[in-house]
Amino acid sequence: MDVTSIREQFPILHQEVNDHPLVYLDSAATSQKPLPVIESLDAYYRQHNSNVHRGVHTLGTRATDQYEGARDKVKNFINASSTEEVIFTRGTTTALNMVAYGYARHQLKEGDEIVLTEMEHHSNIIPWQQAAKYTGAKLKYIPMEEDGTITLEAVRSTVTENTKIVAVTHVSNVLGTINPIKEISQIAHEYNAIIVVDGAQSVPHMKVDMQGLDCDFYAFSGHKMCAPTGIGVLYGKKQLLEEMEPVEFGGEMIDFVDLYDSTWKDLPWKFEGGTPIIAGAIGLGAAIDFLEDIGMNHIIEHEQQLANYAQDKLSTIDGLTIYGPKKRGGLVTFNVDSVHPHDTATVLDAEGIAVRAGHHCAQPLMKWLDVTATARASFYLYNDESDIDRLVEGLQRAKEYFGDVF
Amino acid sequence: MSFNNLDTLYRQVIMDHYKNPRNRGSLAEESVTIDMNNPTCGDRIELHLQIEDDKVKDAKFEGEGCSISMSSASMMTQAVKGKNVDDALKMSTIFSKMMLGEDLEDVDFDLGDIEALQGVSKFPARIKCATLAWKAMEKAVATDEQ
Repeated sequence: MDVTSIREQFPILHQEVNDHPLVYLDSAATSQKPLPVIESLDAYYRQHNSNVHRGVHTLGTRATDQYEGARDKVKNFINASSTEEVIFTRGTTTALNMVAYGYARHQLKEGDEIVLTEMEHHSNIIPWQQAAKYTGAKLKYIPMEEDGTITLEAVRSTVTENTKIVAVTHVSNVLGTINPIKEISQIAHEYNAIIVVDGAQSVPHMKVDMQGLDCDFYAFSGHKMCAPTGIGVLYGKKQLLEEMEPVEFGGEMIDFVDLYDSTWKDLPWKFEGGTPIIAGAIGLGAAIDFLEDIGMNHIIEHEQQLANYAQDKLSTIDGLTIYGPKKRGGLVTFNVDSVHPHDTATVLDAEGIAVRAGHHCAQPLMKWLDVTATARASFYLYNDESDIDRLVEGLQRAKEYFGDVF
Repeated sequence: MSFNNLDTLYRQVIMDHYKNPRNRGSLAEESVTIDMNNPTCGDRIELHLQIEDDKVKDAKFEGEGCSISMSSASMMTQAVKGKNVDDALKMSTIFSKMMLGEDLEDVDFDLGDIEALQGVSKFPARIKCATLAWKAMEKAVATDEQ
């Protein structure tokens, strides 16, 4: 993979921050956007902007074609069976909430179980907590191994006949753990439970195959995969989506409206009330083209090499703890002894290096790790080993700087 | 920004409060206890304020967080201890102004160590770390008045 020519596609990376060339290591929070995506938005607003699915006029047809064309690209990208199974949402959080509201609250009853893991992002915990409170269902957590992975034995010993939903992340945003989704799906299905997958940290980085993984629901965000903010996807198996209730009612999602009752459009539009996120979806389509040109297999391979390199380099720093398993997605979460992660991040920022510090929307996991916060460096296709070298230098300086204090 | 600029944030006196926090601990039940956190980053403070006759008789804190949040808590407790409540609240207003980078020439308080936190105003991402303890103090006063 030619990182130099890839970087040329990302104008934002070519700037100085605090008098140093920017090193962007926060793609797990949001990725940067390449020219083809930026240009797709520009072209849409300059030449084609119009509302979709209603206008008879030419611009309306163009906008509709592009919006539905983006859906088709998503369908192929994740290997869904049909475009009916691809619903555009605001992002992963909205998608997971749609399942919790539109499916779980209608299907669950007292005594049913929702099974989660302790490594989930708040977005894949709180909607289920709320659904559990509403229905009387119970939450259960699959225990983790010491290295932050889960075993299939642990899944088997947690899922029971009462389990109706297994909600699990594909890749942990803190530990980088890659969960065996296909195998977990199989176990869930043996018990007639459905599996809901948080794909926010997987879809941007690796090939995911909905039919191959046999997922029931799968959610992801555009902005972590080179697309704009405000667009995401809920994939659902057609039969389940048909059983699921819309969460938003109004224009665009209706078939017939009467004074006292109404009926809904077919899939996927019954879940897309109001004027949809047209430009965002078109931008997502452009991002998919861009990523597919490079090849998802190359991207994950590149990132795992960077994660290995980062683990090797960071472990040479005295007093630095890395959290999570050796084999992981493209991120490294760590703490430096006696330096709070916010202070680490501020010192790194003074060197032009952007990392995330905090609890990463995973407070239960922070508790499990027995820390209040951590620092995280996350990689994408535009990072290379020199970025990690800069990180290591920055961390050495943070240690020196705070070493004088203690 | 260079490492010299970092020194405007991490002044010696701040590091001293971070390393040797003043008034760390808790107070008996006659005090008001306020738990406050920065939900975005996980900094947490538990502030105990003993208010008698409109005066802050004692102040102690516990918590976890970065150098800025913890040193600010240490300085705040030091500053408000012995002050009457109105003055404590005035200091909090002055502190907020200081975080906005506003001129403090007309201030008739001796800010003491607190002045060292002035540099935080140049690091917008860290302002909420510095103001956490002061917000907790304001809430404690409001709770006591109820």
